[in-house]
Amino acid sequence: MMTNTGNLLTQGQFSFLPPLTDKQISAQLKYALKNGWAIGIEYTDDPHPRNTYWEMFGNPMFDLKDPAGILMEINSCRKTFPNHYIRVTAFNSLRGVESPTMSYIVNRPKKEPGFGLVRQEGAGRSVSYSIHSYATDKPEGERY
Amino acid sequence: MSKQSEKQTSSDDSQIDLDAEFRKSNIKEVLDKLDRELIGLKPVKTRIRETAALLLVDRVRKQMGLSAGAPSLHMCFTGNPGTGKTTVALRMSEILHRLGYVREGHLVSVTRDDLVGQYIGHTAPKTKEVLKKAMGGVLFIDEAYYLYKPENERDYGAESIEILLQTMENNREDLVVILAGYKDRMDKFFHSNPGMRSRIAHHIDFPDYDADELVAIAKLMLADQNYRLSPAGEEAFGKYIRLRMTMEHFANARSVRNALDRARLRQANRLFIGTKKALTKTDLMTLEPEDILASRVFLEGKPDSGSTAITEAKEQG
Repeated sequence: MMTNTGNLLTQGQFSFLPPLTDKQISAQLKYALKNGWAIGIEYTDDPHPRNTYWEMFGNPMFDLKDPAGILMEINSCRKTFPNHYIRVTAFNSLRGVESPTMSYIVNRPKKEPGFGLVRQEGAGRSVSYSIHSYATDKPEGERY
Repeated sequence: MSKQSEKQTSSDDSQIDLDAEFRKSNIKEVLDKLDRELIGLKPVKTRIRETAALLLVDRVRKQMGLSAGAPSLHMCFTGNPGTGKTTVALRMSEILHRLGYVREGHLVSVTRDDLVGQYIGHTAPKTKEVLKKAMGGVLFIDEAYYLYKPENERDYGAESIEILLQTMENNREDLVVILAGYKDRMDKFFHSNPGMRSRIAHHIDFPDYDADELVAIAKLMLADQNYRLSPAGEEAFGKYIRLRMTMEHFANARSVRNALDRARLRQANRLFIGTKKALTKTDLMTLEPEDILASRVFLEGKPDSGSTAITEAKEQG
């Protein structure tokens, strides 16, 4: 995380940019809708990069024409979980499965403590490394 | 508002060409199409013209820096069955789209079933999903009075109305809601939901058609399907409509469509049974008086029954 000066979680698209404004989010949603992709909103408070299963906020949204409805849903998710990570995922069904094609974070906790490096000594002085989110020391729901 | 005068960029006597603006919006095309394809409905057309004018002037005003806030465009269409409420709603969405008041201009047509859920907690997500689908376009709620059932206090319709009202107020620039239904029942609905009434600015009443208008509609419908009435056939159809109008369950243009479907059936049968086997294109296109006069309206003095079954069978076939 040394290169990440803001100490922000960098997952998905646009994560090295400053947070997207609602207008920019609308434009991205519009692009996804134009391509006929379904859109889902998910949230979590476990930011580990291997945590791929975030909680869904409502059902994924199919057959929409305009981003206003999705933005409404994003805002209601922000209201419910103001201190969670919230991401928007667009799913493409071209291959017969709903596969994620776009994914970006639209809400972050106010303070992100980041990750620590954990070293584990193995047999023959070998060391295995893993990363550990400081936030997950606390139980779920109390992390941020 | 004091902000307006600050924001106002152009001076008071600078000019803007309303005509050019009118041409640019392509709205004339839609209005002309409305005139051409919808017979009668004078008051409706006038209201649509007025609304279009308001929206156009509003847009020009905005260019001059005179903002007045988004106008409330929610509408209520009342009228008897078959008076063209859905058709006009479709045109309305096109007009609003051309004027830039809805972003996408699609029409989402729903009834009570699409909005109201079956159990506690089902209604809100269902209504919201429909609203999300309609965002950027027009939400058309047919037979809206079914949403509210005062005789059943555990009905979930009220919850749906509440969400609708909230969205109509908060997302005024995102979607336009059009309610439609029969006049008397709509009046009752508004009476018990005063919040709904006050949020709908435009109430448009669709009058019944007269016999000549219905004949004109019939000719238009037939032309669409590459049929036509022979002169004698037209006269017979005029007689048919005048008789049919006095009977029960008369549904204006919808009855005309059903009558024409049955006439097509009889025409096909006549050609099939007839001796003349070498048919010309004209034979295949023309509906003769006997196709119309064979109707039960003439023979027994009551409307044809089972008409829907015939229509359905035809549509499937």
